[in-house]
Amino acid sequence: MAAEIGQDECFVNEVEPSVDELVVNIGPSHPSTHGVCRVIVRLDGEVVTKAEPVIGYLHRGIEKMAENRTYLQVVPLTDRLDYVGSMYANWAYCRAVERLAGIRVPERAEYLRVIVCEMQRIASHMMSLGSAAADTGAFTMFIYAFDQRERIVEAFEELCGARLTYNYVRPGGVSFDIPEGWAESVLAFCRDHRTALDDIDALYFGNVIARDRMKGVGVLSAEDAVAWGASGPVARGSGVNWDLRKHDTYSVYPRFDFDVPTGTNGDCYDRARVRLFECYESCRIIEQALAQMEPGPINASGMPRLLAPRPGDAYDHIESARGSLGVYLVSDGSVRPYRMKVRSPAFCNLALLPMLAEGHMLSDLVVILGSLDPVFGEVDR
Amino acid sequence: MALIDRLGEALEGGQGGGIILSTVDSLVDWARGKSLWAMPMGTACCAMELIAASFNKFDFDRHGTFPRPDPRHTDVMIVAGTITKKMAPAVKRLYEQMADPKWVIAMGNCTISGGIFYYDTYSVVRGIDEFLPVDVYLAGCPPRPESLQDAVLRLRERIATESIAPDRRREGSYTLPMPGDISLGARLGGSGPDTGGESR
Repeated sequence: MAAEIGQDECFVNEVEPSVDELVVNIGPSHPSTHGVCRVIVRLDGEVVTKAEPVIGYLHRGIEKMAENRTYLQVVPLTDRLDYVGSMYANWAYCRAVERLAGIRVPERAEYLRVIVCEMQRIASHMMSLGSAAADTGAFTMFIYAFDQRERIVEAFEELCGARLTYNYVRPGGVSFDIPEGWAESVLAFCRDHRTALDDIDALYFGNVIARDRMKGVGVLSAEDAVAWGASGPVARGSGVNWDLRKHDTYSVYPRFDFDVPTGTNGDCYDRARVRLFECYESCRIIEQALAQMEPGPINASGMPRLLAPRPGDAYDHIESARGSLGVYLVSDGSVRPYRMKVRSPAFCNLALLPMLAEGHMLSDLVVILGSLDPVFGEVDR
Repeated sequence: MALIDRLGEALEGGQGGGIILSTVDSLVDWARGKSLWAMPMGTACCAMELIAASFNKFDFDRHGTFPRPDPRHTDVMIVAGTITKKMAPAVKRLYEQMADPKWVIAMGNCTISGGIFYYDTYSVVRGIDEFLPVDVYLAGCPPRPESLQDAVLRLRERIATESIAPDRRREGSYTLPMPGDISLGARLGGSGPDTGGESR
């Protein structure tokens, strides 16, 4: 083991630079890579001629590990996939299990899932907007945004006891019903959050420096977005009106009245702005869901201790904060999944980086990477 | 060898040097312990709590700990998150780039033993103490921001026993009482340092 670790081969430049090219290695530990991403950048002066992301620095083998665990034991692993939005991976996995085993989820559990996931969307977008802003020097904005995230994390802690790895959505339902007074505090948060979003809008998007850094940088056309499999705010920023909550609807989403914000230019500014507007829409969904929710059971009845679905496979996807998050499960009839595959939106969106960064300045690369909002737990799995 | 190390050696050997040495030690330890700039080596989930610990609500700055993503500027490396075999050489190199004296906090179960990834994965290093000297182990998956702050206070207690003379440890704690000298346990009204990290 020690000998394996001691080797330093990851710092050898694989590419031999030509005379007028400079190869710069960013990462794997760098404050603006939003995780452990390494980007090998070839520069002509200060202009990026080629940016090549190197991933795998956080590859933990979660998909392989799932094969050694029972269906319920996999849920905590999915928490650690997308650690900025743990609820999504929980939900996507549980939907796949429920489809595989033919479990009907009670209505109240579906409402609770929608509420926590929309809150998680706000928390994730706050993190994304804040850290992307910090990369461009707007650190105040990060603190404003993180304040909002902290309130959601506190609400989650009240709900399920964990600040980050919730393990809340379980096959067949959710782990806890809402505590007393929780709904009121969430409604109060939604009210305050709108004001905070207005502040963030004025503070950051109204700032001429931030606008200049983001407008016209990293333009992604709608055709390219579709061709490269981009999803979530990255695709919607380019004007692709594609949101699984609307267009391949699931759970109780058809009952809510909400809009899908889309951009027009497909640059970093539009992608960030789509995230901001999605937070307003999430507030609307949370308020409607809390109003519509009725008392009832939160777990499917007749769930066995050990799930052993019939042999077969199932795929289900949800709209996470980063895009279409899908989980594919194969069952061989035993109590453990035969294979789990995660379709990670962050991975697909990160693949756009070389195309978007080409021809831009080195400092714009950081902005583009931030606007793609990769989370490396999910990219590397 | 740094000047301060030579000073320690010289004092220890000289007549009556022990008295001067202990006084110098307490000053040096006080200065080192009260301004622990942190290198946030955040790789995974724990990095979120590391950020939370340094932001508005938990406010790391009041303990003199300031996250600075540059090994040359920092005193303590907080390794937060799973370290894979691919990442380990980078962490090791960053540690080597830090200037002495330097300390390491292993934040989260992954850095202690591999945690949830201990048993059946092929890519995770089972504890960063396989290649780094760890001073404080902080359990939790992930630990709360309060427990991270407690870990820094524990590290401070440890630093208070260090001596500039080689191979020598001091007894007790700081001997220089300073205004604004707070410890988390005293502030909360408890009898000892707060254990932190208690989940419901």
